[in-house]
Amino acid sequence: MSRTALESRRAFAEGTVTATELVETCLNTIERHDAKLNVFLTVADEQARRQAADLDRRRDAKEPLGPLAGVCVAVKDLISTRDIRTTCGSRILEKYTPVFDATVIDRLKQADAIVVGKTNLDEFGMGSSNENSAYGRVANPWDLDRVTGGSSGGAAAVVAADFVPLSLGTDTGGSIRQPAAFCGVVGLKPTYGSVSRYGMVAYASSLEQIGPMARTAADCRAALDVLAGHDDKDSTCSRTPLKDSSWNQSLKGLRVGWVEEHWTDGISEGIAAALRSTREWLEGQGATFVPVSLPHARYGIAAYYLLASSEASSNLARFDGAHYGLRANVKAEGRSGNGLEQMYSQSREAGLGPEVKRRILLGTFALSAGYAEAFYGKASRVRRAIQQDFLEAFQDVDVILGPTTPTEPFRAGEKVDDPLAMYLADVFTVLANLAGLPAISFPVGFTEHPLPLGAQLIGRPFEDRALLDIVERFQDDTDWHLRRPSSLNS
Amino acid sequence: MVDYELIVGLEVHVQLNTQTKLFCGCSTLFGQDPNTATCPVCLGHPGALPVLNEEAIRLAVVTGLALNGSIPPVTRWDRKNYFYPDLPKGYQISQLDHPVVGGGYLDLPAAEGQEPRRIRLTRAHLEEDAGKSLHDETSGTGDSRIDLNRAGTPLLEIVSEPDLRSAAEAKQYLSELKLLLEHLQVSDCNMEQGSLRVDANVNLHVMVDGERVATPIVEIKNLNSFRAVERALEYESQRQLAAFLADGKRIGQVPKQTRGWDDAAQITRVQREKEESADYRYFPDPDLVPIQLAADWVESLRARMSHRPAEIRQRLAGDLGLSDYDAGVLVAMGPACIAYFEQAIAAGGDAKRVSNWLQQDITRSASELGVTLDQFPVPPAVLGELVARIGAGEFTTAQGKDLFQHLLSQGGSVGEAAEAIGIEAVDESALDELCQQLIAAHPQVVDDIRGGKAQAVGAMIGAARKIDRNADPGKVRARLLELIQST
Ligand SMILES: [Zn+2]
Repeated sequence: MSRTALESRRAFAEGTVTATELVETCLNTIERHDAKLNVFLTVADEQARRQAADLDRRRDAKEPLGPLAGVCVAVKDLISTRDIRTTCGSRILEKYTPVFDATVIDRLKQADAIVVGKTNLDEFGMGSSNENSAYGRVANPWDLDRVTGGSSGGAAAVVAADFVPLSLGTDTGGSIRQPAAFCGVVGLKPTYGSVSRYGMVAYASSLEQIGPMARTAADCRAALDVLAGHDDKDSTCSRTPLKDSSWNQSLKGLRVGWVEEHWTDGISEGIAAALRSTREWLEGQGATFVPVSLPHARYGIAAYYLLASSEASSNLARFDGAHYGLRANVKAEGRSGNGLEQMYSQSREAGLGPEVKRRILLGTFALSAGYAEAFYGKASRVRRAIQQDFLEAFQDVDVILGPTTPTEPFRAGEKVDDPLAMYLADVFTVLANLAGLPAISFPVGFTEHPLPLGAQLIGRPFEDRALLDIVERFQDDTDWHLRRPSSLNS
Repeated sequence: MVDYELIVGLEVHVQLNTQTKLFCGCSTLFGQDPNTATCPVCLGHPGALPVLNEEAIRLAVVTGLALNGSIPPVTRWDRKNYFYPDLPKGYQISQLDHPVVGGGYLDLPAAEGQEPRRIRLTRAHLEEDAGKSLHDETSGTGDSRIDLNRAGTPLLEIVSEPDLRSAAEAKQYLSELKLLLEHLQVSDCNMEQGSLRVDANVNLHVMVDGERVATPIVEIKNLNSFRAVERALEYESQRQLAAFLADGKRIGQVPKQTRGWDDAAQITRVQREKEESADYRYFPDPDLVPIQLAADWVESLRARMSHRPAEIRQRLAGDLGLSDYDAGVLVAMGPACIAYFEQAIAAGGDAKRVSNWLQQDITRSASELGVTLDQFPVPPAVLGELVARIGAGEFTTAQGKDLFQHLLSQGGSVGEAAEAIGIEAVDESALDELCQQLIAAHPQVVDDIRGGKAQAVGAMIGAARKIDRNADPGKVRARLLELIQST
């Protein structure tokens, strides 16, 4: 198995390996294997090689090195990268290259991490299987016929397949955690407002965060330390720093919430069993389990899809062909004609995929005069009720443990014609987005197949490090995260 | 003869005097090359996020206080969604349910023999401006060009209740509002540059068989001068009356119509019926956070209220003794005039005389030179000294005008100007010498004066005229007393 991010950093700093070797190994792996997975939409080989050469020079000159020096990172193609094409998985941005870096990219560069390329995703982050990409689906490294989950499917697969030790995803309703579970890696959705959204192409601004994906919790923590912190360019980015965790030595005294509502018929037997053994392990470490109730959780999916789609209908209005991106070639008819309307509708018709159109329509309807109160308004109230539920639950517990997804990764094509069934893949993850809470998915077992199974821990606001510490303790003691898929061995 | 009343409410869009745009650091300077004052935020690039310019909030709150409005503890941002090429995000950041100013009113100064009028305000809210579409009709291609320099410029929209009753009154309201905004230095109100734009909501109340009947409300857009507002309202009141007499349609019986003022043709034209208008799908902007307006901060801005036209008129007429008319004229001349006036007074000029100079010579010269008063070549302190010395009789009025002309063209101090053009203010050194001579020659008189008999000085004045026949008795008397009593 290749090095973790922290191992790469150490090996590079100690001189065991050069940054150029790390980058070449990574580019070589992509070259050999990515045809099977379809992870990378753009490989930034030139920039990566240039940066590696510079890092090698700096190390030889004994200059100080950043905390992620030499670490190859893949970035979900929803995050703006200066001079590197950023498609958002959409036709409409096929030729769009940003003129600025997202704040998280700035921070990665400051930390001397090397961005090697941009990973596939569901178009604009809308999807739970990575089948909604205009550039084709991503295959699950554990079974190429199965989905990776979404929307950060590429960012999850690229880590699971060992192309890179670390990737950045974005999570609006589970888009980091659900593919992390499906691909058998760790994925953290940070507390809302702890990581800058500047430069992440917005799908649902009030719900989404950028977060790290890696094989180990320790790597996610190293990345979070680089990514988190106030940014003057994002008004919703908090000045509250992440809290220190009290679980970095022992889990004795940890109170874990167990949500009764999560145990419905929809949970697969494999996941239920893996969750039970995770619970036993935690109890063995001195944690106690407390039943908690989230009475409004069952309205979460409906509220989530109304709010996210409403915001999306507005956030995606800028993709209209007028200023950048794809523009339909409409014969000019002057301002008296309807040439402008035609240009708009034909550009969007050609440039946006069916799921994106579905959500724009849903959101437009939910905000329209006469319906806004019944849909957007009511969903906002449900959101506050769910926030209140969590507030009360966290009086009695430190974290809440549950499944990340109801099922193991499903087969490609299985749910594409049933959007509602697809939406239910997010039933456990959307709650953390609605409440703005940190949540992590981590591998807790495998089916016989083998397919990975994930569990989710949700924490109090700004207690992201507590989640990482608990998972790190778990990984110290178990080896689920060390297993690698065999699909790419041939 | 039909009895009817015109009912008008105005929406005034004011561009605030900030250095940078409402949500990014781009310059708001007018007249830059197209699309040069832009950045990823105001161009609506994917992933770019707005960050509030707090100066815009300060100016909006100052305006709200000046308009007697209430300032809420929290104000919020909403998105107004519609597609247009000069709106790069596909939505405008505005305020719907939690505007920065609620209510308020503006009092119109009463003209002779009239009752003063109070015009109530509904609200005032902040929003970002759109860019400019330039439609090129000459090329024959029908191409449109977009300039996004203006996109994101802060606007304050001040909405009045339908309290205005005539075109003249609407114009008076706008003039008073413009003065207020100028004196508070909230906006430069430059209408040619689009810093102040007006929409009007207009209908009639017609008396029919002793009953008041309201006609359908029409919104008139594109009013880019006060004259256009006045003419459009006059035109619209006649048009609506004719329409009502022809079809009898009342309010609510037809959809709200939007009309545009065609300044060339001097008529309004239909732009759209409200039914086909956009549904803006307002919702809270999730990229921005609510703004807390701390009560003590709001209170601290009340100090600016002394710059309101009404307060300045009061100060000029009440405290400084100007006539109401003069006070009104000076205030109408704008904040630079009031600043000039107050500095000239501080330098010793008499209020009434400074006011006259401002209204006559200074206004005329400034307009000939094409400069504003803050750039006027004779600084207010110099003018104040000149006026004071004319007042003290050192110069005649005619000499004062000559000195002013010299100061205007050459600059310098009053003394330098007098020397340059050979005007002899009564020579102080000659006067001093004469008085010292008299004091030395009349020790007894000096003792008498020191003993309290000031009238004894008369003896010395007679003696003075024997030495210098041109000596001014008044000045000799004053100087003698001054010298004797100071030693
Ligand atoms: Zn800008």
